Amino acid sequence: MAEPLLSVRDLVVEFPTRRGTLRAIDRISFDIREGEVLGMVGESGAGKSITGNAIIGLIEPPGRIAGGEILLKGTRIDDLPPEKMRRIRGRRIGMVFQDPLTSLNPLYTVAEQIIETIRTHLGVSEREARERAVALLDRVGIPAARRRIDDYPHHFSGGMRQRVVIALALCAEPELVIADEPTTALDVSVQAQIIDVLKEICAERGAAVMLITHDMGVIAETADRVAVLYAGRMAEIGPVRDVVQDAEHPYTRGLMGSIPTLTHAHDRLTQIPGAMPRLDNIPQGCAFNPRCPEAFDRCRVERPDPIGRGGGRRVACWLYDRAGVKEAGNG
Amino acid sequence: MLAYILRRLLQSVVVMMVVALVSFSLFRFVGDPVSTMLGQEATVADREALRERLGLNDPFVVQFADFVTRAVQGDFGISYRLQQPVTDLILSRLPATLELAAISGIFAFVLGLGLGVYTALKRRGWLSNAIMTASLIGVSLPTFLIGVLLIWIFAVELQWLPSFGRGEVVDLGWWRTGLLTPSGRASLVLPAVTLGLYQMTLIMRLVRAEMLEVLRADYIKFARARGLSDRAVNFGHALKNTLVPVITITGLQLGSIIAFAIITETVFQWPGVGALFINSVQFVDVPVMAAYLVLIALVFVVINLIVDLLYYVVDPRLRADRGAAGH
Amino acid sequence: MARTDHETAAASTPRPPGRLYRAWDSDLAHAFRTSPVALVAGIVAVVIILAAALAPWIAPHDPFDPGSLVLMDGFTPPMTENEFTGNFYLLGTDDQGRDVFSAILYGARLSLFVGFSAVLFAMVLGVTLGLIAGYRGGWVDSLLMRIADVQLTFPSILIALLIFGVARGFIPPGYREAMAIWVLIVAIGLSDWVQYARVVRGATMVEKSKEYVQAARVIGAHPAKILARHILPNVMGPVLVIGTIGLALAIIAEATLSFLGVGVPPTQPSLGTLIRIGQGFLFSGEWWILLFPALALLALALSVNLLGDWLRDALNPRLR
Repeated sequence: MAEPLLSVRDLVVEFPTRRGTLRAIDRISFDIREGEVLGMVGESGAGKSITGNAIIGLIEPPGRIAGGEILLKGTRIDDLPPEKMRRIRGRRIGMVFQDPLTSLNPLYTVAEQIIETIRTHLGVSEREARERAVALLDRVGIPAARRRIDDYPHHFSGGMRQRVVIALALCAEPELVIADEPTTALDVSVQAQIIDVLKEICAERGAAVMLITHDMGVIAETADRVAVLYAGRMAEIGPVRDVVQDAEHPYTRGLMGSIPTLTHAHDRLTQIPGAMPRLDNIPQGCAFNPRCPEAFDRCRVERPDPIGRGGGRRVACWLYDRAGVKEAGNG
Repeated sequence: MLAYILRRLLQSVVVMMVVALVSFSLFRFVGDPVSTMLGQEATVADREALRERLGLNDPFVVQFADFVTRAVQGDFGISYRLQQPVTDLILSRLPATLELAAISGIFAFVLGLGLGVYTALKRRGWLSNAIMTASLIGVSLPTFLIGVLLIWIFAVELQWLPSFGRGEVVDLGWWRTGLLTPSGRASLVLPAVTLGLYQMTLIMRLVRAEMLEVLRADYIKFARARGLSDRAVNFGHALKNTLVPVITITGLQLGSIIAFAIITETVFQWPGVGALFINSVQFVDVPVMAAYLVLIALVFVVINLIVDLLYYVVDPRLRADRGAAGH
Repeated sequence: MARTDHETAAASTPRPPGRLYRAWDSDLAHAFRTSPVALVAGIVAVVIILAAALAPWIAPHDPFDPGSLVLMDGFTPPMTENEFTGNFYLLGTDDQGRDVFSAILYGARLSLFVGFSAVLFAMVLGVTLGLIAGYRGGWVDSLLMRIADVQLTFPSILIALLIFGVARGFIPPGYREAMAIWVLIVAIGLSDWVQYARVVRGATMVEKSKEYVQAARVIGAHPAKILARHILPNVMGPVLVIGTIGLALAIIAEATLSFLGVGVPPTQPSLGTLIRIGQGFLFSGEWWILLFPALALLALALSVNLLGDWLRDALNPRLR
């Protein structure tokens, strides 16, 4: 198999607090292949955004990567000196944040912000950078891009600003784009358009996408594979079709129940009673066991690691442990 | 935007009228201007003649209108104590105060901005902590005490700098400057530091707080995520956004500097407007007090207006749409 | 450490803890006990305030009794015996043989009296106006807030100075000395009411719309009663913070005005007056007449300031 574009191995992220150290990410592993769209789902606080921030090396201090490694095309990037990591950000890994209203500096025109980014990473002239910026804005669907490029962010609507943000993330031609809830802050009517633009333009340029969202519906329509996080741990990962149609982890099954039907807004996790534990209060054993309808004794004691299920699927659940599942289920 | 400026102008006029009213009431009701001017010996007829001449028998509104008219023309009458036209007194002392205020304003802004940015960027460094602690003492130290202590150290003990006065001054028309002679510049150091120190700490703490706030903003995080250099992020993006609120408040501080000059001028026997005012309060020299009141209000109102306009220049969100922005 | 001790103690006793214990165990008290800055500042402030309040009983001399002054004792340096009389003075004496230590105690007493009175005046005025503005709304509110806006654009020391000057102008010359302290209190108080009014107004407008206040209005409770019973308790925290920081500002304002010679009359020297007097002796080498009053003022202002800062952070952790 070809070397993955990005490889995350046993990643641990910790936040020291006065009441002890919190593990926001606890031994997560996954790969992203070139050009693919990996969806990452979970409730807020599950660690999706922190994973994204860890990859681009922007975890807010005092938080830190406490274990594991992150490899970009086989080279470790989690322990790079700051200056080398900076050259990777934007250039090789682009980032799209949640709220387009606050992601752009209000005091600079769109042109200034895009040109600055292009010229930081690519040795092109001001004029050349400007031409590229116009072309890119045109491509992400800003009407009259050549004229509007000199406007300030507040002249654009929320949806238009997110298009600008996407253009900014892509302007130095990165191989991977991490989109952290790119549509959550947007009006429902433009959410689908933004996702489409993001997906198309990345496909055109061969950039892989890590799409972070809590919206299983978006994942189902957009992603090639999906990773499900729960309380800082990986619950399940696999091809999106398989996971959606035949979820194996009880938590994922609950999530699937929350996919909105065409017209109805969704209630998150109506199927599963209770709430995700706080990071300072994660139960022993499987983090999901207090809410799990199928939990048994072993789940309350021993933490399950992801188990390979074939077809690129892995599930962290004792139900699928060949050695003990039947006996435990019967006994 | 025009409507906004007009409204601000109207507000300023109202403020000035209120101050003028207070100032006028001082004139009208404090003591008896007639006996002040004629002395106790004057006859009743003389007094009545003077009352009539001064317009003291006119209705209140007429007198007030008269007062405002004269004030606009720069006529505030004659100082009781110094027997000179108040306007001349103030004009002759204004350059001293303005030079002092300008130098200490520059000192406060440059140093305050620099230290504020430094302490925000190196938030956990020991030097930052030391600066922040020192600034807390600086805020608690009254201006006059700073002045007295500086005199003690630099004028009495070390004898490096003069402790009072302006040194040698040079006449440039009606403007008398101390900036052109060595002794004039040396005399300026201690008063300028005294006056600027408090404002400097304020600006520093403000810059630090604003900068920390801005550094947490999403667009800074996004700028970092795009791989911009620390320099570009900290100074190009964060500092520029910090400056928007800082400029407003710093601009307003300029007024405070002129007000606090009263204290500094007294400590250093600086021959400025503030010292003149303090003397007038001690001796209840009403015309000088009234004129100073109007003058200081005018300064504040003008500064406020300028700061409002400055806001539009710095922040494109407030600028007139498209027309001004597209260039 | 102390906290865990108390927690185990509380756990082992079944009886509900008493009021004193609850005060000791409250979040605020705990934050106080664990903050070294607050502890030191608190101790310094309490010591100065106590010493000032008890000045007539603990001061070694009465600096205002001309009969007790010995001119021969003049200019005695601190911690030494006078070369002629052999009298010992802890912090030395001034030109007239007045004990600097006693003068500081009495000066601090006056400074604190003016400071507390001014803060109380500003607080009562600001809270009342804030309640009225927030509760009534309409033109009363806009008028008061316009005045507050205008006043806020001027530094409060300038306002105090102007009010003091104007008030002096209106008082007949014969009464000026006697009235000086009260004029000073009113001037400083008037220069500082805006902060209270703004905070209280904001909180009042929030509380006013809540259901229980609406209910009280419906059953016809008198507005004053509603304000006092329901709204006032909710704004006491911020008012206390502003008051503490306001005390430091008032003390500084009083010292400044007195230093400028427009505050308390010279017959009753406050800390500011003492510093003004001490400045005159700098060049002749009698540094102690200046230094000790200056240190006293600095310690007082700084400790109260630190307490206020700490209180603000403790009551509103989100500000950090």
